[in-house]
Amino acid sequence: MADETPLLRAQSVSLRFGGVRALTDVSFAVAQGEIFSIIGPNGAGKTSMVNCVSGRYRPTEGRILFEGRDITALRPNRRAGLGIGRTFQNLALFAHMSVLDNIMVGRHHLLRAGFLRGMAYWIGGAQREELEHRRAVEEIIDFLEIQHVRKAPAGTLSYGLRKRVELARAVALRPKLILLDEPMAGMNLEEKEDMARFITDLNEEWGMTVLMIEHDMGVVMDISHRVMVLDFGRKLVEGTPEVVMADEHVKRAYLGEVEAA
Amino acid sequence: METGLLFQLVLNGLIVGALYGVVAMSFVLIYKASQVVNFAQGEFLLVGAWVCWWLLTTWQLPFWAGFLVTLAFMTLFGVILQVVVLRPLIGEPVISVIMATVGLSIFFQALMKWMFGVFAQPFPPIFPVERVRILGLEVQSVYLMSLGISLLIMLGFWWFFTWSKHGLAMRATAFDQQVAQSLGVSVPRVFAMSWAISAVVSAVAGVVVGVVNGVSSALSFYGIKVFPAVILGGLDSVVGAVLGGLIVGVLENLAQYVDAEWLNWGNMYQVAPFYALILILLIKPYGLFGTKTIERV
Repeated sequence: MADETPLLRAQSVSLRFGGVRALTDVSFAVAQGEIFSIIGPNGAGKTSMVNCVSGRYRPTEGRILFEGRDITALRPNRRAGLGIGRTFQNLALFAHMSVLDNIMVGRHHLLRAGFLRGMAYWIGGAQREELEHRRAVEEIIDFLEIQHVRKAPAGTLSYGLRKRVELARAVALRPKLILLDEPMAGMNLEEKEDMARFITDLNEEWGMTVLMIEHDMGVVMDISHRVMVLDFGRKLVEGTPEVVMADEHVKRAYLGEVEAA
Repeated sequence: METGLLFQLVLNGLIVGALYGVVAMSFVLIYKASQVVNFAQGEFLLVGAWVCWWLLTTWQLPFWAGFLVTLAFMTLFGVILQVVVLRPLIGEPVISVIMATVGLSIFFQALMKWMFGVFAQPFPPIFPVERVRILGLEVQSVYLMSLGISLLIMLGFWWFFTWSKHGLAMRATAFDQQVAQSLGVSVPRVFAMSWAISAVVSAVAGVVVGVVNGVSSALSFYGIKVFPAVILGGLDSVVGAVLGGLIVGVLENLAQYVDAEWLNWGNMYQVAPFYALILILLIKPYGLFGTKTIERV
């Protein structure tokens, strides 16, 4: 694993908004097939980091490489096309659209038939294509156990279900790398366990590499292969959950304890 | 009052109203996708109709060829307008964007007068002018054609937004541009596409009106009539735009009848929709189908 090109690499990324330094010289690499988590106190720059990867922010300095290719200057929609999907910290579903339509938007870049071929629906192969997409979407719906709400407007669902639909929409891109910004925020224990299971399944069975921000330390340490800790926009530590848990800096900055028990 | 006449008026209203509905839909399309209030919507009809007329008379093209070239031209016209005039205004205050579209409206009105003169010009006869009787009512065949085309366009819109990839992308962009981008939708392309479709659809309406009434600067009025229609239906509702258009069409005709029969004020035909507009703004400012913005304090 070590000598392969990592799927994602951030090279000394810094991000400034005027005088505010959101990120300072952060470097890390996510290998193919990993679950990589970013943790840190509020305002540590976790979401900023993810936004730099997804393309919503452009780093002031440094580069982002995806599959060895420099994507720092690419627009978010181009990055989505390359295989970077994401969910949002504050739910961002299309509330008036059905669950099914929400997920179909995620297939946008995979739908090849454009307007003209769509008009020649039956002869242009658009119908076959549509069927294929329907099958793919159904597979995702089954996997995330949202069959019963597929026709419901997304805005009417419970919070936990909406989080799942948002994940389904990101999965519909068939991304190589999926960015999850606090997938478990505001969930109860049962919902958290479900979500953790979905994430590990996506990783193990669907072969997706996961870059995740999460506050629930139990879940993070349970399912992550590696963890990076940010504090005030700087990288504190990076390593396996065991290493990170044992680190003195982390205990001080994040877990808030220094007692030698 | 005779019921026969009443039916005739309502029917006329529906035929004109369907055209208003089509223009209102294209207005709403631009507003929804790119949040621009387009005061130059009527000029899309005007430019489309004049271009088609010019191709048919000066170049003697057969109608279908002239019509197709017009549509191709309007696609380009819409895209160029968006890219050259409106894209640089993204992020500017709403009032600047509105002034820009008002400017476009005045510019194209003047340009068309300069190029084609100030007099109404009839289209070369394309369809045989006949009178058809439906349910005891007399209707000219061109009006039926106009109604048919309006309905086709509405069906086309419905299909586009429900079933096509770009329609879905457009709905997604209207809802949240950043999320749409994260799902691989190119927002600049969606903006350009919405202007192109709006220009093309309006031009079709322009040609239809031109065929029925002749081409003249009066076509610009359709852009103004759109406002009562969309305010009635709700600025961001496509269905509302269609219904609003139909209601305005019927209202106009009934107002004219009431005026001619009892009031004798004159001009009610033109003014009534705007009285309605003021009333609606007082009673139901979001329109029949518009989105209510709820502010949590």
